Amino acid sequence: MKKLGMVSLAVMTFAGATAATADELSVVCSAEQEWCDLMVEAFEAENPDTDVLMVRKSTGETLAQVRAEAGNPKIDVWWGGTGDPHLIAAEEGLSQPSGVDTSDLLGWAQNMSAISGGKTVGIYAGALAMAYNSEILAEKNIASPACWSDLEDPRFAGEIQVANPNSSGTAYTELATFVQLFGEDEAYAKLATIGKNVNSYTKSGSAPSKAAARGETGVSIGFMHDMVKLASQGFPLVAVAPCEGTGYEVGAVSIIEGARNFDAAKAWVEFSLRADIQSRAPETGSFQVPSNSNAEVAPESPDLASIKLIDYDFATYGSSETRARLLARWDSDVGNLAQ
Amino acid sequence: MIAALIAQWRIQNPVKRAKATLWAAGFGLFWAAVQGLAIVRAGPRIFETFLTGDVISAGQPGMGLGAAVCIISLLFALTVSMSQTGKGRGDAFVVSTIGLIIALVGVFVFFPVMHILVRAFEVQDGYSLTSFFPRFFSSDIWGLRCLTSGQSCGVAINSLFLAVLTGLGTTLLGLSFALIFTRTDFRAKKLLRILTVIPIITPPFVIGLALILLFGRNGTVTDLFAGLFGMEKTRWLYGFWGVYFAQLLSFTPIAFLVLIGVVQGVSPSMEEASQTLDADRWQTFRYVSLPLMRPGLANAFLLGFIESLADFGNPLVLGGGYSVLSTDIYFAIVGAVADPAKAAILAIALLTLTLSAFLLQRLWLGKKSYATITGKADSGQNAALSPIVRGVCYATALPWAALTALVYSMIIFGSFVKLWGYDHSFTFSHYIRAFGIDFTTGRLSGVAWDSYFTTLTISSIAAPLTALVGLSTAYLLVRQKFAGKDLFEFSTMLSFAIPGTVIGVSYIMAFNFPPIELTGTSIILIIVFVFRNMPVGVRGGIAAMSQLDKSLDEASITLGANSFTTVRRVILPLMGPAILAALTYSFVRAITSVSAVIFLVSAKHNMATSFIVGRVENGEFGLAIAYSAVLIVTMLAVILLLQLLIGSRRLRRNDRVQTAA
Repeated sequence: MKKLGMVSLAVMTFAGATAATADELSVVCSAEQEWCDLMVEAFEAENPDTDVLMVRKSTGETLAQVRAEAGNPKIDVWWGGTGDPHLIAAEEGLSQPSGVDTSDLLGWAQNMSAISGGKTVGIYAGALAMAYNSEILAEKNIASPACWSDLEDPRFAGEIQVANPNSSGTAYTELATFVQLFGEDEAYAKLATIGKNVNSYTKSGSAPSKAAARGETGVSIGFMHDMVKLASQGFPLVAVAPCEGTGYEVGAVSIIEGARNFDAAKAWVEFSLRADIQSRAPETGSFQVPSNSNAEVAPESPDLASIKLIDYDFATYGSSETRARLLARWDSDVGNLAQ
Repeated sequence: MIAALIAQWRIQNPVKRAKATLWAAGFGLFWAAVQGLAIVRAGPRIFETFLTGDVISAGQPGMGLGAAVCIISLLFALTVSMSQTGKGRGDAFVVSTIGLIIALVGVFVFFPVMHILVRAFEVQDGYSLTSFFPRFFSSDIWGLRCLTSGQSCGVAINSLFLAVLTGLGTTLLGLSFALIFTRTDFRAKKLLRILTVIPIITPPFVIGLALILLFGRNGTVTDLFAGLFGMEKTRWLYGFWGVYFAQLLSFTPIAFLVLIGVVQGVSPSMEEASQTLDADRWQTFRYVSLPLMRPGLANAFLLGFIESLADFGNPLVLGGGYSVLSTDIYFAIVGAVADPAKAAILAIALLTLTLSAFLLQRLWLGKKSYATITGKADSGQNAALSPIVRGVCYATALPWAALTALVYSMIIFGSFVKLWGYDHSFTFSHYIRAFGIDFTTGRLSGVAWDSYFTTLTISSIAAPLTALVGLSTAYLLVRQKFAGKDLFEFSTMLSFAIPGTVIGVSYIMAFNFPPIELTGTSIILIIVFVFRNMPVGVRGGIAAMSQLDKSLDEASITLGANSFTTVRRVILPLMGPAILAALTYSFVRAITSVSAVIFLVSAKHNMATSFIVGRVENGEFGLAIAYSAVLIVTMLAVILLLQLLIGSRRLRRNDRVQTAA
């Protein structure tokens, strides 16, 4: 029939008009916007033939998009953002091994690559910490916290804000850190006691520190580099590394399975692991700790050597089963007590 | 096809011939659909097993323009022949429009949404109906614990409670504003008008941020009250009251836009008749004007209700521990544990609420006639308001306007200071960073230019299309009778009622693969805006059209015009306010909507809101607010321009309000 020909011969397709050509690299960036912009600019300066199309999306949104697009992805590289979603993508076969050399990287970054079969590589690390608004605490005459267990004290009643681990990866890192520090039963008992002081479990992981910076709450839990950045903007926010030790996140980069431009994607991954490139992050106010052992660390960056870091078990606590079990228990032991 | 054509000429009887075309076109459409699904790597992959390895690895492009033209012509052949068989009173224009809209809604609303809703029935390795009901009716969704204990209610109950109150609140405030506008001689109407429009043209998160800075625990107003009256600084803003407050601010203008056309349309003759019969002004208002405004009130309530259910930005910023469906759905998709099944179940709960509201509204309006604009000349004047009603209007609307003004002056202020809330030294740096121009090279060096131009282009393409689709749907619903009309009406509301996140993800699932491969293009953004915002055109159009007396159409038809001419020459000119509302609203929504586009924006086509949300997440409030301020000014300019172009309809009435009692 004639229609058969018309349909299958339709050459001018929407897809054809927009499909990536050889010299286009499509990047989703989950780090801060300015850092993303700097990376694109630097990469294009070195590779004038490659046109980088970059859009910034949060890790959760990116993972949802990568899942929905599986089989016909429009993204080549996913750069930045906390490591758990990158590991999930690797576990679900949504990303592919990049085959880059990781020998210059620090142990935690190589570990990331090892547990994912080379599908995702660590680019920076950030420690979990607590922060307080010095004005609020001074006004209310509350002594500042130094340890996780200080947060159980009734002096912080209604002053602590932390995200809900069901929606926020930051808060899940906190939950997993508590479990690894104190053992499961004690961790939940501590979290429940702290819960009595919590004024709200926010949806977003970065919201508590922003609220603390603006004085909407006295104390927050989040990532230290975010707190340092807020303090450097002029807010009266003080970051504290808890005395018992703390967990950390690893930011990662992955090449999406089925990427249309694998070569350029690989070039991007190699580029983003280079010491001279990672040393430029502080220019944009990003104070994470770089993964390349030769990269310069900004003076503002939290010094990971002076913080008691636990040996965070990404393989166990990143797996879907552990995650589901810990979150279900959080709901029954901690979340339901609130409100 | 040629065979079909030849067969056509043979058949003498026109009805028979039409029936034959009907079958041929129907078959053609069916064949095209099969073809589309048979394309290699199409979403469902039903036919893949029939093809060999070579063909699959080569892949095939999706359907293109040729296929689109082919399918549309088949569709029209189908509808025209359908009308020739006597359906739809033999009016080809009407049947074709119905057919086209059904096809569009089917492809761009049902097809994608089904992709995600079907997930509600998903269990490990398959689908099951029995596991759906216990999950759907779980107490996390519908629980009423909050009535008896201190715990929180189910998330659907939270949403419902909020939506009912928001719907009522926005309708009442909208009515107050509309009455002040049309029935009083209030002096600063222009200023009020701007204040009632600004909240809709505000990008999301901005109102929430401004409220935090004013009424948050460390906010300006809170500080002031604490200093003056020694009041305890509390966090009351985070939770139900904060969200309710922000939603009233954001959605009152929508109610106002729907109601002003309706309030203007109430015939003065009827009010005069009432007064001649010795009713006082209160009785006239209560028993004549108000009942005639019912369609407007019902539609305004429905819009407020649905907007509140679908609202995402305000609960996210201010919700605290108060969970609502829209944010829970978002986090079921993007949260630490992605659970598409839960998202789909919550989305169904949300749809259930919308459907119920819609049915209730139908019940309340009943089958009465609300026509007040007839062909008969009426030169009367609208009755002035009774002092009590006027007092109530002023007392509710004016403080509200003052509050809106306060919030917006804060926003403007915020865009010119270094660090809003802490360092109030004056600076232009946010504007320069966003919209800087390097005059030496003539390059636009600001970071916001790209997304700004993309946003404007896409919105200006989407707005007229939305108005067109919305108003023609309204015309069909009000003026034409056809089988399955109620279902048709509800299906046009569907996309509005589904939260943006669900729409966004379902669009990727449906349109990332052939036959219709649109992800990463600007077309997908335009389409999502048209079908998401269409319901506003439909509601506004229905409200305005219910007031136009049918005798106008009949007169036109009797005089020999067909329904297309009637629409063009009679109905359209009387629909000025509705067209204006539809155009304005869809333009503005395309610029300010966020949850649907987060998943659909790409590097080439980034939208302003997605850019702003990224900056807010990053804590760069100054830049976000400066960008928002520029968007607000742009939208205001466009709205004023549209008003100039479309103008106001002339009803051969004096627009003056009766002044002497």
